[in-house]
Amino acid sequence: MYKLAGVTKEYGHGAVLAVRDVGLDLADGEWLAVRGPTGHGKSTLLQIMGGLDRPTRGTVELDGRDLARMSETGVTKVRARLIGFVFQSFNLVPTLTAAENVETALAPLGVHGAQRRRRAAEALAAVGLADRAGHLPSELSGGQQQRTAIARALVKEPAVLLADEPTGNLDEDTRDDIIGLLERVWRERHLTMVMVTHDSVVAARAQRTGIMRDGRLTVAATSPGVGALRPGTDAVG
Amino acid sequence: MFWTYLRRELRRRMRQAIFIALGLALGIGLVITVTSAATGVQNAQAAVLHSLYGVGTDVTVTQPPKQGSGAGLSFGFKQQIKQVRSGQIAAGTKINDNELENTQYGTLTASQLAAVSRQQHVTAATGALSLTDITATGTVPALSAGSGTFSSSFTTSTFTVDGVDVARASPGPLSSATVTAGRNFGQEDATADVALADSGYATADKLTTGSTVDIGGTNFTIVGIVSVPQGSSPPSLYIPLAKAQRIGATGTAKLTNEVNTIYVSADSAADIPAVQHELTRLLPSATVTDASDLASQVTGSVGSAASLANNLGTWLSAAVLAAAFGLAILLTMAAVARRVREFGTLKALGWRSRRIIGQVLGESIAIGIAGGAAGVALGYAGAALIDKLAPKLSASTGAPPVTASGAAGKLAQQISSAATHTVYVTLTAPVTLSAILLAVALAVAGGLLAGMFGGWRAARLRPAAALAKVE
Repeated sequence: MYKLAGVTKEYGHGAVLAVRDVGLDLADGEWLAVRGPTGHGKSTLLQIMGGLDRPTRGTVELDGRDLARMSETGVTKVRARLIGFVFQSFNLVPTLTAAENVETALAPLGVHGAQRRRRAAEALAAVGLADRAGHLPSELSGGQQQRTAIARALVKEPAVLLADEPTGNLDEDTRDDIIGLLERVWRERHLTMVMVTHDSVVAARAQRTGIMRDGRLTVAATSPGVGALRPGTDAVG
Repeated sequence: MFWTYLRRELRRRMRQAIFIALGLALGIGLVITVTSAATGVQNAQAAVLHSLYGVGTDVTVTQPPKQGSGAGLSFGFKQQIKQVRSGQIAAGTKINDNELENTQYGTLTASQLAAVSRQQHVTAATGALSLTDITATGTVPALSAGSGTFSSSFTTSTFTVDGVDVARASPGPLSSATVTAGRNFGQEDATADVALADSGYATADKLTTGSTVDIGGTNFTIVGIVSVPQGSSPPSLYIPLAKAQRIGATGTAKLTNEVNTIYVSADSAADIPAVQHELTRLLPSATVTDASDLASQVTGSVGSAASLANNLGTWLSAAVLAAAFGLAILLTMAAVARRVREFGTLKALGWRSRRIIGQVLGESIAIGIAGGAAGVALGYAGAALIDKLAPKLSASTGAPPVTASGAAGKLAQQISSAATHTVYVTLTAPVTLSAILLAVALAVAGGLLAGMFGGWRAARLRPAAALAKVE
């Protein structure tokens, strides 16, 4: 699914190296957790993988298409069709209801009216929020907001789910709920999932865990037999 | 999605939206009010010109008064003043002087009138006499050498009289008049002692058909009451031209076969400059005036109102509109700045920049339209206020300079001012469809402009940078 090679991200003409020469192979349906200290490039890498930012150097292939070389319009289409995002602070539009927030993911795909509403309702039902469809984000708990964000990410049936600290703002019980939910949908939908997290408990649920330190990624298998380490991906700068 | 999002977003920042809309409304309301007032002033100017000029008249020809024969006292009264000063008329003597004087213009002869009518592109030319009936009554006071209270001892009354060609109503002073009682002049009235009274003057002096009036010492019977369009300053009375020529005078000089105004109509509007040129060549000492010349000579508050509407009003509207537009742009950009995370998220979800720009534009245009609607209401209110206040505008033309001095000069000033053509018109502010369309266009433009700036800012957001702000 993903094939990253020599991905480097510089800021300030090389003054800051957020991501250094990262290489990564990620198969379809694989779940990679990325851990590491704050400010060591985890989120930057996730944004590059999601086409939200471009690397200074290197290639980011998603299903054989290099996001780093693609036009802005092309990358936007890839985001709209293939990639679902889940953010730490949920990032729901505060003026829209839960259902309408979910619908925002279908708007760029040209899904209209009744079909859009039906799919949004189904997505909310899938995350256990059918009865909260008409509520504004401010009327939902943190867990419910993150469930809504997950429904928004999944409603378009993406191939990839990128989650940036999805449990960072949640208490332990809710964290377990959300991770349980993500794990369930990952299995059911055969999603390729990359999750940035500080939480070792969360990271332990993934098939592979990568550590980002000083912009370098080191990946190891978490579960036996899954996600074999690819030669050269220890990314030694 | 678009409408739901738009509605919810406007509801969220309702206070700011109302603030922007009110700013736009104020600017647009001012534009409508000023435009309406300007239309009203234009109408007033048209009414003034219409009344001063007459319907169907393209060019007028007048002769400047000869030196020393300008406006002032009647010749006979001046003689009597001299006699009082020299002691020929004793103190206590009652004086009642009534004369029909040509005080405003020099005269033009019948042959000059005929020559005018023969010019190329001249459809018709009619002569008329614009005269002033001056009556001075009082008792000669005891005077101490060369000064005194002479003027306060006499009552001076004046009214204006036009001698008109009874055979040809247009072009001429009666061309725009309608008969409201009695009858108009007929050819049989050419030498009769009959008069038409202006409806305003008739009401003020309680004149009806059959009443008699003393004009220059001759009794005339009122045979008709005429009304001229609103805003006109008609003469008090109209009498046949031949009678005016017989009883009127310029000083001691009789006006036999003379006129002091020639009304000319041209074959077409395009021929007016050529006609004006020909007449100037034919009568080099005469004043040849067309409507545009007259407009430039009109003085009084109508001119001030026009200047106020065209200059101050326009600039004020432009300044308020510019401020409102600036405010709308700044607030919209500030709103976009507050929604960086939101737009970054939408971009992450696959929203294209143009969809986000469209959303921001839609919100701004909706505010603009709301401001436009409120502005139209404000504009109507402003126009209604002008209509309610109904300010009177004056327009004056043709006041010849008064050169006399002393007591006689004071009286002459009074008479001169009475002889001046002063027209009063009520200012109205009609709200026209074009003003409304202009307002709607401005409202949409204001919204569009604000939305474009806001959208431009939103489009420039890099999703990663926008999301990084969250962290």
